[in-house]
Amino acid sequence: MTDRYDALIIGAGHNGLVCAAYLAKGGQKVLVLERSEQVGGAAITREFAPGFKVSACAHILHMLQPKIVRELKLKTHGLNLNGPPIETISLAADGNKLTIRRHNIEGAEVSDTDKVAYTRFIKRMERHARALAPQLLKTPLRLANAGFGNVIKLAGMGWDIRFGLGKKRMRDFLRIIGMNIHDLLDEVFESEALKGALALDAVLGTAMEPRMPGTVVTYLYRLAGGLKSIPILPMGGMGSVTVALADAATSFGAEIRTAALVESVLLEGGCAVGVVFAGGEEVRAPTIISNADPKTTFLKLVGARNLEAGLAHRISNLRTSGRAAKLHMALNSLPDFTGLEQDALGNRLVIAPSRKYLEHAFNHSKYGEFSAAPAMEITIPSLADPSLAPAGKHVLSAIVQYAPYDLKGGWDAQKDTFVERVVDVISAYAPDFRDKITTVECLTPVDIEREFGMTGGHWHHGELAIDQMFMMRPTYGTAQYRTPIDGLYLCGAGAHPGGFVMGAAGHNAAQAIIAGDK
Amino acid sequence: MRAQYDKEHFRKHSLPTPFYPRMAELSQDSSWHCWKGYLSADYFENVELEYFAIRNACSVMDLSPMSKYRIRGQDAEAFFDRMVTRDMSKLKPGRVGYSVWCNDQGKVVDDGTIFRFGEHDYRLCAYERQYEWLMISSAGFDVDITDETEGVAALSVQGPTSFAVLSKMGLSGIETLKPFGIVHFPYHGGKLMVSRTGFTGDLGYELWVGGSKALTLWDELFEAGKHYGIRAIGTHALDIARIEAGFIQAGDDFTPANHTIRKDHDRSPFELGLGWLVHLDKPNFTGRRALIREKEKGSRYRLVKLDIDGNKPAHASYIFHGRKKVAGVVTSAVWSPTCKQNIAFASLEVAIDDPLNDLWAEIYYQRELQWNRVWQRCRVHDEPFWSPPRRRATPPGLF
Ligand SMILES: Cc1cc2nc3c(=O)[nH]c(=O)nc-3n(C[C@H](O)[C@H](O)[C@H](O)COP(=O)(O)OP(=O)(O)OC[C@H]3O[C@@H](n4cnc5c(N)ncnc54)[C@H](O)[C@@H]3O)c2cc1C
Repeated sequence: MTDRYDALIIGAGHNGLVCAAYLAKGGQKVLVLERSEQVGGAAITREFAPGFKVSACAHILHMLQPKIVRELKLKTHGLNLNGPPIETISLAADGNKLTIRRHNIEGAEVSDTDKVAYTRFIKRMERHARALAPQLLKTPLRLANAGFGNVIKLAGMGWDIRFGLGKKRMRDFLRIIGMNIHDLLDEVFESEALKGALALDAVLGTAMEPRMPGTVVTYLYRLAGGLKSIPILPMGGMGSVTVALADAATSFGAEIRTAALVESVLLEGGCAVGVVFAGGEEVRAPTIISNADPKTTFLKLVGARNLEAGLAHRISNLRTSGRAAKLHMALNSLPDFTGLEQDALGNRLVIAPSRKYLEHAFNHSKYGEFSAAPAMEITIPSLADPSLAPAGKHVLSAIVQYAPYDLKGGWDAQKDTFVERVVDVISAYAPDFRDKITTVECLTPVDIEREFGMTGGHWHHGELAIDQMFMMRPTYGTAQYRTPIDGLYLCGAGAHPGGFVMGAAGHNAAQAIIAGDK
Repeated sequence: MRAQYDKEHFRKHSLPTPFYPRMAELSQDSSWHCWKGYLSADYFENVELEYFAIRNACSVMDLSPMSKYRIRGQDAEAFFDRMVTRDMSKLKPGRVGYSVWCNDQGKVVDDGTIFRFGEHDYRLCAYERQYEWLMISSAGFDVDITDETEGVAALSVQGPTSFAVLSKMGLSGIETLKPFGIVHFPYHGGKLMVSRTGFTGDLGYELWVGGSKALTLWDELFEAGKHYGIRAIGTHALDIARIEAGFIQAGDDFTPANHTIRKDHDRSPFELGLGWLVHLDKPNFTGRRALIREKEKGSRYRLVKLDIDGNKPAHASYIFHGRKKVAGVVTSAVWSPTCKQNIAFASLEVAIDDPLNDLWAEIYYQRELQWNRVWQRCRVHDEPFWSPPRRRATPPGLF
């Protein structure tokens, strides 16, 4: 019997769709299977109150790889990247806000020295990021049993760092790469407000705080992914990106089935040969690709017992506990943020007044509590795109840290208190905020896990920390998209180079599969 | 469950086993070593006498320090099948199987015996501690794992008269027990388990009881063996016997993979001559992928049994091809009193075109603090040096 499909993709997250599109474009017959009714995974737009729509998880598009946009002709499939570019505004309770643009800053309190220092700092960091950036769209090298191809890759990576950077900068790169962002910022800046806002970028979506080693890596990673894009709030919300991707994939011939929960990967003689649905129905194909996170893929869909013990152990030890919650609020009119003009509200508003603030916020999460005063990244996407809310009304979308997955006492009993806390914090910056709220949706990491199928509710399907990156992502032995189960591949955020709406993991997985990587 | 023991136990490096009071009486020189946290005798009186008890009469050795784990549950068979290299569906209740288990890299973690008591009830016995590896291996299986090392006392009763001694003790029905079989007896209100297993390559049994019955067992056994040359032995005598029988020992003939830090210092089952234990046709077991690869690409080492000229044991000797090129190193060596041969195991590097017909051992030995060196020719021996028919005869002879 010949299989109807060359490849099955479990999950229509943006990475699964990118992978599907590339494979279909390459002539393969691809079927994508998505558990939800809607494609997109954590990159979707959905209604949370009558007439109010919001990007349910990811809300700022800042990393989507231009190569992918170009090669998949996403613009002809409806991708609109014309959302107004946004800048970061770090809120201050007294209205003394700080505006952070890519290469300059502006705001009270910031000295001229800091202004100059900022431009120099960003250029310096961007140069380092450029040394890392080429790795994003490549299969990580393999350390054990390194063949000739791997030696070339290692040499290439060394070349990028040594000659891309030059001797002096390479020394700087190697010096700071293991540092924490807290100390690095101390070397450069005076203003605590500035240090707080920059530190937030290093820890957003992670289980880290600014004094933790490895936060310079996360900071550079974020820069590397966004080097070639301008951060935007996509028109129509994040779902517009995945709708365009799905359209591209189907135009190349891929099929997509929604409401198709895969229960297990079908194994024969230790090889993946298909998938099984809850009802027992099977679909077969020689290549099975999982967009689900590594724990779901290996421990649920394959099953620990079908893996070798060491790998199963490493997978179950992956750090996947999310600490970011997402809050959506329907507002009957725009709140008045102290010191902010109305038209500034369309930007990325952050609450991270100091590094200490972030540290204190984090401390609670260490002990299984949510932050007394959480840090936030807030957007009001309905300003640029009025279609997201009824006329005259608005939606506010906030990433709130830290809200640990494993909250002591459980989320059910404490969610309301948490929401109150968030409203209180925002009200400190926008005194009339509480009166504007008509509906609140709060997605804790537990909700995100349940609704989006991401283990631990983790953004990246697993902490994006140096020991879980590159050839260690998700863990050695399965870091080149291909898994130890013959015929089974990973293509999601749990694989290199990790999450964000970037598309790189899906792209790289497709390339590896097309190249027949074994 | 852990048995209760003295709160102050940590003040001593090694714990006594349940047989310690009897063994301490017999020990002439108080010569003990630590076997995974327990006192174990090197010898009691004289290594030669103890060795000859194994081969000519009846030897008794305290096996209690052996790591013992009970594995129970619905998935117990599937769990073992995934953990060890052997096809475990072939091991029936009431039987014991020997196997090795590997890490993902196909390198041996340890070897040991697996006792299948019932459909869903097993015991694993190993030289090294294995609790952590068992726990790691148990993810995804419905099994319950208990460390029984402390609670179960065991004696190895080996030698031609061992059957006669056990019969004398009144263990009726033992004559039908085949090699690798298990029988249970009621024992003073508790239970005694006897398996026809051992590490000597001879007729022999292993006896397993709860710690509280240990001294009773010892006394009854020695009483029954009075006229059969019964003798308590230490590990030195056993070491001679196990090399004669061709049994490898973790820590001597290979370093357990989980203790190995340096590259290439671990060994695969193929490299230890244990390929017969590896069932690659199973769909999955830990190490399978690596072992398939090794099978295709070839192994780095091979373990050989050597018959060496002369009578100087080749302890830690280098083995050479044609007295020029280093071929490997001796891992265990002894003068075999029974075979009257100078025998050894050696781990040789595999180079396809090196024939094994011109092997030499460079042996260093001391005489009154003077070092001497001799070259001796070595011949590869395929079979165990010692494997008498009485080892397998059922019913066994009454020697
Ligand atoms: C709260 C939050 C805020 C974020 N904010 C941003 C942001 O502002 N900007 C940004 O760039 N990134 C952000 N991220 C990160 C980003 O959303 C993710 O990293 C990214 O969407 C992951 O994409 P993916 O395709 O790899 O995986 P996913 O989007 O998780 O897709 C996996 C898909 O597999 C499906 N699936 C899982 N199991 C099965 C199964 N058994 N059968 C069938 N289908 C299955 C799931 O339903 C899902 O559709 C945020 C994430 C979160 C959670």
